[in-house]
Amino acid sequence: MRTRTFAWFVAPSVAMMLVFIAFPLVSVLVQSFTLTQPVIESVTVETCTPSFVGQNCIQETRRQPVLDENGAIVTQTRFVGLDNYATLVEPGRALASLGSLNLDGLLAIDFWRALRFTLYFTLITLPLILVVGLGLALAVNNVTRAVRGPVIFVTLLPFIITPVIGALAIRWLFVGDGILTRLLEHWSGRDIFMFAQAWTIELLMMFYRVWHVAPFAFVIFYAGLQGVNKDAVEAALIDGASRLQRLRYIVIPHLMPLIVFVALIHLMDAYRVFEEVIGFRSEAYVISLQYLTYDLLMPDNTGNRAINRASASSMLTMIGIVILLIPLLRHTWRQHRETR
Amino acid sequence: MFFRKIALAGAFALMGSTAMAACAFQNEVPVKSLSAGFEAWKAVTDAMAECGNFSAELDQEFKTKQPEAFAARPSLYQIGGVANETIVPLVNAGTIRPLDDLVAKYGQNLQPGQLIKIDGQTMAIAMMVNTQHLMYRKDILDELGIAVPTTYDELLAAAEQIKASGKVEYPLGGTYKAGWNLAQDFVNMFMGSGQPLVNDDGTANVNNETGVTTLEMMKALSAYMDPEFLGADSTVVQQQFQQGRIAMANFWASRGSAMDDPAESQVVGKVAGAPTPSIVDGGAPATTLWWDGIVIARNISDEEADAAFRVAMEGLDSEMVAANNDDAVWLIQGYQPGAMAQAAIATASTNPPPVSYPSTTAQGLMHGAIGSQAAAFFTGDKSAEDTLAAIEAEYATAAAEAGIVN
Repeated sequence: MRTRTFAWFVAPSVAMMLVFIAFPLVSVLVQSFTLTQPVIESVTVETCTPSFVGQNCIQETRRQPVLDENGAIVTQTRFVGLDNYATLVEPGRALASLGSLNLDGLLAIDFWRALRFTLYFTLITLPLILVVGLGLALAVNNVTRAVRGPVIFVTLLPFIITPVIGALAIRWLFVGDGILTRLLEHWSGRDIFMFAQAWTIELLMMFYRVWHVAPFAFVIFYAGLQGVNKDAVEAALIDGASRLQRLRYIVIPHLMPLIVFVALIHLMDAYRVFEEVIGFRSEAYVISLQYLTYDLLMPDNTGNRAINRASASSMLTMIGIVILLIPLLRHTWRQHRETR
Repeated sequence: MFFRKIALAGAFALMGSTAMAACAFQNEVPVKSLSAGFEAWKAVTDAMAECGNFSAELDQEFKTKQPEAFAARPSLYQIGGVANETIVPLVNAGTIRPLDDLVAKYGQNLQPGQLIKIDGQTMAIAMMVNTQHLMYRKDILDELGIAVPTTYDELLAAAEQIKASGKVEYPLGGTYKAGWNLAQDFVNMFMGSGQPLVNDDGTANVNNETGVTTLEMMKALSAYMDPEFLGADSTVVQQQFQQGRIAMANFWASRGSAMDDPAESQVVGKVAGAPTPSIVDGGAPATTLWWDGIVIARNISDEEADAAFRVAMEGLDSEMVAANNDDAVWLIQGYQPGAMAQAAIATASTNPPPVSYPSTTAQGLMHGAIGSQAAAFFTGDKSAEDTLAAIEAEYATAAAEAGIVN
């Protein structure tokens, strides 16, 4: 293809990438190094609010933004270097806690608390999803052709559910008076509160994520299994290879690129864990990095939002994902070079 | 056929919204409003719609939209529904107009208490007050011979007695969901001691003896609550009451009528109200007073503002109150307080009275800091002192970022 034609073909896609990904990213990057503040003046005013016996009037000091001649809030933006990052990570306190091997001290800082859970969540669900997905794919591949369609359909259902809705459903099943909790209480003969301590919430979150994402791994692996070299499998059978040996030496090497692909996608998704925190109302016990960004970004009822700190938090989340992906990307790159 | 039905339905819907039922004038200027979505707002906006050319947006997330929508030129809405906190960004940005002229022209039926004044100017018209006051199962307290608690120590003793009787496993309810709800309960308890949370110079006044007392009392109360209390918002507590799973809670007056809704409640007629207990004997009730009301945008023409205010007055008239008497504790002429509302009014009229929730940016930041940090005390991750220090630090950071302290 001529370069000109090629350029015309990719231009729309490049333009979209620039507008919707690159520019916002640059904007977030810039905001994470700056601080935008309104210019504030202090005024003492009398405010009166209703009560049933006349009015409550009090003198109060209001700190309010200065307005310019057009009635807009006067703001000033200044470069603050890594200040926003430092506020978030609190490096001094974090290092001091680490130095004295005081992990509780480290986890008392919101960022580290969120990072701890995000990493656990990502790294524990990853192998589970690969194993469950592969297991499902092998099982479905071995059932008779007649029932395969319905089995695939049922297996895929969890993946179709909107994540927030799924999380809410799990919460309602397991909350104090949910039906599954009642059932568990009936069996065990004791009161069970799944949402009253951190570890049960984390367990449920991971269970939910595996249940939700394993079908995705399953579909990919199942498609891959259709391309396994039949001759090689037959040859192995004749040589007396056991089921496990066939899996290890023929099927898994064949599926390797797909396994890497699923792992890549899952790492990126799981590191941005968010729906579970909202759906399970776990803010008191467990928060994730993405939730931290959201919490900083959402304005409170008087309209304040920490947009610069939120930008820093979101940049840190992105850096985290990149670090996690490096080993897998290196693997893919090496393979790419070998096959050329 | 199908399309015909749709068209018919649409036609009826249009007729509904332009029908001139009980409005004193016919409104010719298009007017839009943005407010929260609870019952009282539905009643008020339905009454406004009777004047014609009016459309209402009822949205529980109105607070994220309102500052931007009112800053647009022209403003996207003429009428806004606000409360103590949510009026702050509009006042700060100067996007709502003083209403004194309009009140003089069209506000003959307003009660003096309805005018929300900031620096001498009327900036909003309140329609109702809201507060958290004590609701309790009258049948259970009567049967056990427990007097209605007037202090939090008495409340704890009553909870212990109810628990021991085995009538209810978890006698207390509380809106302790981490975030805004938990912070609101902290604010109620703290301000019940008569101290502000933010000093006049903008610094925090939370890391002190009162803060420790507040946290410890809240934890003592939480021992009598369903252990999943850190996820309990108003809806959860309302259901706990309705299903007879709790016996007492300091709970929103605006939710009081739900206790007697036979469609939802199994305890109709059994829940009574009383003034909020105080934290110190003889002190003010440990709660804050809230109001909800309307504001008019600045960035609209005077004709539009005129029409919007007249429409709003029609929405806030005695006729609306007569039709929706029990939906709120109205401040409007003609209101007949029901049994539950009388408890809210009694709370507001005690001597010394509870404080009004402060409408300031600093208070909003403080509320946010408490909401994000206080939960660690209840999960057992932090001591009371560490929790208060964390709240203070979070507030200091946020206040410096917002530019209100240096």
